[in-house]
Amino acid sequence: MPNAPPPTIFPAMSDITVGSGTITPVVNGEARSVSAGSTMGDLLRTLALDPQLVVVEHNRTILRDRAQYDALRLATGDTIEIVHFVGGG
Amino acid sequence: MTTLLSPARPAEGLDTPFVIAGREFRSRLLVGTGKYASNDAMVRAIDASGAEVVTVAVRRVNLDRTRDEGILYHLDPSRFFLLANTAGCYAADDAVRYARLARAAGFNEWVKLEVIGDQETLLPDTAGLLEATRTLAADGFKVMAYSNDDLVTALRLEDAGAVAVMPLASPIGSGLGLLNEFSIRTIKHRLSVPVIVDAGVGTASDACLTMEQGVDGILMNTALAAASDPVRMATAMRCAVDAGRLAYLAGRMPRREVAVPSSPTEGLLE
Repeated sequence: MPNAPPPTIFPAMSDITVGSGTITPVVNGEARSVSAGSTMGDLLRTLALDPQLVVVEHNRTILRDRAQYDALRLATGDTIEIVHFVGGG
Repeated sequence: MTTLLSPARPAEGLDTPFVIAGREFRSRLLVGTGKYASNDAMVRAIDASGAEVVTVAVRRVNLDRTRDEGILYHLDPSRFFLLANTAGCYAADDAVRYARLARAAGFNEWVKLEVIGDQETLLPDTAGLLEATRTLAADGFKVMAYSNDDLVTALRLEDAGAVAVMPLASPIGSGLGLLNEFSIRTIKHRLSVPVIVDAGVGTASDACLTMEQGVDGILMNTALAAASDPVRMATAMRCAVDAGRLAYLAGRMPRREVAVPSSPTEGLLE
């Protein structure tokens, strides 16, 4: 594993949970409980969504760079829209 | 059904290139992906149509998975040119938001812009359409604007930066065919950008008659999806679009209200 990250005594930030343990962003119109500290990438993985097949809007900002999903920490009250292409004329 | 047509396009070598905003497309028939009985029926009909441009809509992912998956599970985006629409938008701002979401999917910066003004007829909101066209064109989009069959609106859309104007033949999903040949012909005659008739075509004769007006292409959805046999109808539409296009280019004979014999009037027996 030549490309493995260097070992660290600190856990990854996404593994740290804070406070009560859950937060409730609003995803596609419905409040959803996720672990505190979750990122957008975590949410998509929890929902079993392929990031290549969806587009995400966070608090009315479209996330055009999928590489930023894992750096974006979610918070209670965040409004998240996850859309995709469906049949239409 | 593949035996009905030769593999070569009937119009190959006889037609001029179909170009929108500098990009050449191989078929003047553009098709939608909505309202099919099944995804399999949709894929087979689109294949039969020969279309390159296929429209798709932007909607929320159904997170509990009670409905079907997205269209990209069924339609290979490397085989088709995906043209996202803004169907369902009643305000310029909404249409701009949907267009930007579609662009973020990463396929292209084209959009079939719809800004609807009336729920019953689904006729376009001209003011909203112009505003959204300006905003999106300034943001780098290639806007194909779904429009009324009104010359002045079409001219304004061209001025606003639309790369194609898409006047209706008749209301969306109505299947009423081409209601105003004159306005479609006038729009085509006056615009520099391509004119693609969108909505209202119901059967092959509608498509042929529409292409005979000289327009650059036709976009249809329900005519295929709601036919009893979408594959046969898609094949018919493919032939009709080619037939109408070639007839237009060929230049029809003048109409006369008297008979003119086709056989010699000399050499008849005494």
